[in-house]
Amino acid sequence: MTEEIIKDVIIGESEDYIVNIGPQHPSTHGVLRFEVCLQGETVKYIIPHIGYIHRGIEKMCESLTYPQIIHLTDRMDYLSAHMNNEAVCLCVENALQVEVPERVKYIRTILDELNRLASHQLWWAAFGMDLGALTTFFYGLRDREMILDIFEESFGSRLLHSFNTPGGLMHDVHPNFQKKIKEFIKYFRKKLPEYDQLLTGNVIFKQRAVGIGPMSKETAIAYGVTGPSGRGSGWACDLRKHAPYSAYDKVQFTECLETEGDTYARYKVRMREMWESLSILEQLVDNIPEGDYTAKMKPIIKLPAGEFFQRVETARGELAVYIVSDGNKTPYRIRFRTPNFSNLFVINTIASNFKIADLVAISGSLDLVIPDIDR
Amino acid sequence: MQNLYDFSILTGAIHESLSRSMSPGWVTFTELVIIGLVFLLFFALLGLFLVYLERKVCAIIQNRVGPNRVGKWGLLQTIADLIKLLIKELIPIRKSDKFLFNLAPFIVIIASLMAMAALPFAKGLHAIDFNIGVFYVMAVSSLGVVGILLAGWSSNSKYSLIGAMRSGAQIVSYELSVGLSLLAIVVFSGSMQLSAIIESQANGWWIFKGHIPAFISFVIFLIASTAEINRGPFDLAEAESELTAGFHTEYSGIKFAFFFLAEYINMFIVAGIAATVFLGGWMPLHIGSWEGFNHIMDFVPPIVWFFLKTFFIIYVIMWFKWTFPRLRIDQLLTLEWKYLLPVSLVNIVVIAFLVLMGWHF
Amino acid sequence: MLNRDEFKEIISKLVPEAEFPEGTQLPEVIVPVAKLVELVEKLKANPNTSFDYMINHTAVDFNTHFMTVYHFESTTHKHLLVVKAKIEDHENPETESLAALYPTCEFFEREVFDLFGIRYKNHPNLKRLFLEDDYGHPLRKDFRDEVNIIER
Repeated sequence: MTEEIIKDVIIGESEDYIVNIGPQHPSTHGVLRFEVCLQGETVKYIIPHIGYIHRGIEKMCESLTYPQIIHLTDRMDYLSAHMNNEAVCLCVENALQVEVPERVKYIRTILDELNRLASHQLWWAAFGMDLGALTTFFYGLRDREMILDIFEESFGSRLLHSFNTPGGLMHDVHPNFQKKIKEFIKYFRKKLPEYDQLLTGNVIFKQRAVGIGPMSKETAIAYGVTGPSGRGSGWACDLRKHAPYSAYDKVQFTECLETEGDTYARYKVRMREMWESLSILEQLVDNIPEGDYTAKMKPIIKLPAGEFFQRVETARGELAVYIVSDGNKTPYRIRFRTPNFSNLFVINTIASNFKIADLVAISGSLDLVIPDIDR
Repeated sequence: MQNLYDFSILTGAIHESLSRSMSPGWVTFTELVIIGLVFLLFFALLGLFLVYLERKVCAIIQNRVGPNRVGKWGLLQTIADLIKLLIKELIPIRKSDKFLFNLAPFIVIIASLMAMAALPFAKGLHAIDFNIGVFYVMAVSSLGVVGILLAGWSSNSKYSLIGAMRSGAQIVSYELSVGLSLLAIVVFSGSMQLSAIIESQANGWWIFKGHIPAFISFVIFLIASTAEINRGPFDLAEAESELTAGFHTEYSGIKFAFFFLAEYINMFIVAGIAATVFLGGWMPLHIGSWEGFNHIMDFVPPIVWFFLKTFFIIYVIMWFKWTFPRLRIDQLLTLEWKYLLPVSLVNIVVIAFLVLMGWHF
Repeated sequence: MLNRDEFKEIISKLVPEAEFPEGTQLPEVIVPVAKLVELVEKLKANPNTSFDYMINHTAVDFNTHFMTVYHFESTTHKHLLVVKAKIEDHENPETESLAALYPTCEFFEREVFDLFGIRYKNHPNLKRLFLEDDYGHPLRKDFRDEVNIIER
């Protein structure tokens, strides 16, 4: 008995109280492991461990053609699948200098915004759950269902749609597409204030979010924290505004910025972005021009030798695609700079010296999608 | 009119028929066995029903239907769940303290069973009518934390330990507010005996008779007792988004069911005490001099009144569990030590003054 | 916002041996590994360039040599620059770490170390990020895995 007890204390092991949060844990939203060192309830430091869902997408892409790669990009950030598709498509189109039809640009932008809305709804739902308000989950998913129905009707799939191809779209959208979106906008404009009633004004929620995990603008830039998380720190990093692609140069919208940089600021940015997405949708949905759903492309797409770089704004930040081509139908090297990868590693800086419960709130406010980190 | 539903006639008859055939010692023993069996049965059925109710209430709040497949309106769902829990494997934890690990669920469930003994369900339907009933309930219901601490410690799991320590801090703090808010009514009624407290509300419930201070006590009692039974938004001991399941992370099967059941029974006890002390227990609702109205109210059996009030409070407790986010541990303690405790202390002084001057009804 | 020629002017003053490939999508500069940290540090400090945001860092295996690629953006001027450094040694590639300048680069470098086996000098915590310690470096072109990868 005594021998067994002696074995438990390994000589040289630090006396830090280390708790592993994850890989299977309700609040890491996937297979992510935080090695958290605690002092009582207070977090001393956090070491994120990743790689549990590493699939080697970059390696797999080296043996796939460009239209095939599209289907792998869905699996990175599965909540903004359409933006991931679009990044590769735009990169290939830029490389081939193909001019895609206006109709495609409009539809792509609409789908971007729908996808962003769906993603933010899910984030809101899960964020409430992280803080212990379980009811938010069902409110968020209730409204997300309508968007997924629109997706399902047009592409046949709800989450990973792979609807883009280099040059345009797989096929034309369903005739009900515009009608359904208009219905959704009308419906969601009524439902969005409900979100505020349920969570935003709540005293407990404000106590849990205001001033928690402050991230300065400098920290955000140094760690490359993009997307709503970076904009919550006052960094104007919205690529839709600063490097417009598709039809973003044709719509009016404001870039949502908050300067506090805490969990509540990141929350507010996302809530405001939902309103902005709705207004972008409203501007576009009636103006989809008639025309082809795809540009004329060769059956086998070969990129000219060279290097191509394209950035898009996903629901979580900046996705950059970097293709090195040697003139073949498969890329020589493809690199995805995924937003969550950079967003994750700031957590040690901003969540140290807060409580465990705050760590959960902060990681929730960064809106991490783990397959996007691991690729 | 009250005598129509007086259960002491029934219990007295049982006592007499037993006395005729047995010696007094055996009578007491038999009565203990009967009461024990009745309470165990009630305990299990109540637990099952409360789980069902919780699922339905939460479903309504969350725009869902809730259990609706097993039995009529899903009524048998919890029984199916119970069977599942009963036949599930009890996973032994390596390097856990086996004895304490197995003991903990029993302590938790025995504490809540003991607390229920003092609840007056109706006139005469009362397992033991202690002359210090309020004190007894408070003392016994806080025994449960020993089981929670043991569970957290003996599981040899870090999540469990953190959960248990949180629970310890929480209950030690909130016990004060629970005690002080109950003390308010003890001051009003001049007795700690639960039946006497109910009798003192024959002409009006304390929440109405006691002016604003009694209402403040009621609200404080609701908040503090919700914290004491580890329910949301104070469910830090088992905060599933932080500690997976807190102190019962490592428990499975029937041992987990014990914790689960005890949590719901505790909710019932807390609601029952609140109903008894603040809302007049099984006393019907009487409004001033409306003779006709009061007369109709008297026809509703006291046991129905008791359960109506209790389930109303249970519904309120469920309502805010499913609406609010969870507090953080430091905010939880701040709430108690900086707000609830001073407010209750001042409240007690005000109530004592009210009683001294005879200003309550 | 600076254009190609202006970049060329600034950089060739700092690093005379820098190469400037033409016809690329973005302004690009190839510098020797030894001059990399110095150049990036100066470009970051220079108010005219002020590259404070590292978008991306990765490496490409060209069979005979490695090319490490850094994408920089200035959040004030909104211009982009691609900095490349060629690592000649294919067997034991080694380069300088930029983690001290850009915290985000620490993790990009750990990823590159994991997948390419490029070692970074002065890196605070050079450990593998995704894979086990004995896995090999899958993004190298000479990586072979008979079990999991089917050659076509």
